[in-house]
Amino acid sequence: MSEVSIKKIVTEPIADNNPIILQVLGICSALAVTSRLETALIMCVGLTTVTAFSNLFYSMVRNFIPGSIRIIAQMTIAATLVILVDQTLKAVAYEASKPLSVFVGLILTNCIVMGRLEAYAQSNPPIPAFLDGLGNGLGYSAILVALATFRELFGSGKLFGFEILPLVTDGGWYTPNGLLLLPPSAFFLIGMIIWIIRTWKPQQVERPDFKIQSGQPHVDAH
Amino acid sequence: MAAKDSKAYALWVAFILCFVCSVLVTAAAIALRPVQQAAKLDDKRKNILSVVNLYEPGIDLDKAFEQVTPKVINIETGEFAPEIDPANYNQYAAAKDPSQGGSTIPGDEDIAKIKYKPKYATVYFLYNPDGSVKTVILPISGYGLWSTLYGFLAVEADGNTVVGINFYQQSETPGLGGEVDNPNWKALWPGKKIYGDQGQVALHLVKGGVNPDSPEAGHQVDALAGATLTSNGVSNLVQYWLSDAGFKPFLDRIAQQHASVADAQPAT
Repeated sequence: MSEVSIKKIVTEPIADNNPIILQVLGICSALAVTSRLETALIMCVGLTTVTAFSNLFYSMVRNFIPGSIRIIAQMTIAATLVILVDQTLKAVAYEASKPLSVFVGLILTNCIVMGRLEAYAQSNPPIPAFLDGLGNGLGYSAILVALATFRELFGSGKLFGFEILPLVTDGGWYTPNGLLLLPPSAFFLIGMIIWIIRTWKPQQVERPDFKIQSGQPHVDAH
Repeated sequence: MAAKDSKAYALWVAFILCFVCSVLVTAAAIALRPVQQAAKLDDKRKNILSVVNLYEPGIDLDKAFEQVTPKVINIETGEFAPEIDPANYNQYAAAKDPSQGGSTIPGDEDIAKIKYKPKYATVYFLYNPDGSVKTVILPISGYGLWSTLYGFLAVEADGNTVVGINFYQQSETPGLGGEVDNPNWKALWPGKKIYGDQGQVALHLVKGGVNPDSPEAGHQVDALAGATLTSNGVSNLVQYWLSDAGFKPFLDRIAQQHASVADAQPAT
């Protein structure tokens, strides 16, 4: 495998084919865990690990798995990795894992994991599959980190819990935007990121399903 | 080996895959359990310390926890139960075990929706330098919207004034009911009085914010915005654990002791 293609597999999902903003997958956790940068980063590490390694392991056994049970086999492998990540987090980062509560377990239902297994690992050798999972995990992470940075900074005036903008309630000058701490704000921000990226790269704009016809009546009617 | 598209082959592959995965999961769960339990214990100690404002990030937990003395009490009588070692007693496990005095709570009394009550509870004491009780920390639990909330409520030696509250385990909706962890909300509790004039539990949460001019304001805490059911759950569990079925007999004893100490040493 040439160096160019390695780079392409890893970097393409970050800007050109981003799972969140182009494929619009994995939105639910992107809304839920991005009110603080620390929890968002832990979620990113968890998801990237699961996506990369489930791609790797599934790709290694893909030729032995009959087509009729491939989805359940993909889920079993991904579920095992999710449990391993969850157990490890509870052991080494108990406190940081608490705000993530159910979301680590729900990595399994994140469409990105199953999507990459079915779309890529099913038909590619292990190393490229691993890199593809890594790239998609990083693409997800890039958006999560951007969202969490914006939401924590302007929602609570902090980054990683350290005060950046002194709040009015603590004698500073910054009035926090409470909306940014609520999940819908992430939805608006993702919408804006999609808008900006598609203005910058118009080839990402989807073709409309149908076009509205001009208002002239059909001459051959009746 | 059967052909790749046969049913026998599919079953065989599924069996091997599941077996390998289950071995991995089991191995991880067993290998990590001691570390997880240590992390959980540290977290519990940290919560006990933070409910009385003794916790700061980076302190030596073992050393800080020396200030806190765990003791087991009989909930019904409010007396100490010195025969039970607090280090080995888990009141939440004992609540479900009749041989350890656990019993079911009759439905109409079970306002906190916890179903089982223990006979004994572990409470934590903080002492003044002269040996008198400064603060007692009570374990509390009750059902919110999705989950049972477990936490601590710290009460002054007068048995009536709240020092602090926190919940160390809960799975309420993040951002709404999950705000029981919010330091700003927890900061509303200190100084609130638990009992009303007739000795009834008056402490509760109110929707729409506490009116500071109301005569009841000393017993009221703002409910959580957007989390009516979690707020009701917190109100109910506070009511239950501070009532006669909960820690009231114990708090009465502490208050009596406190009053007699105060009599012996007139205020200067």
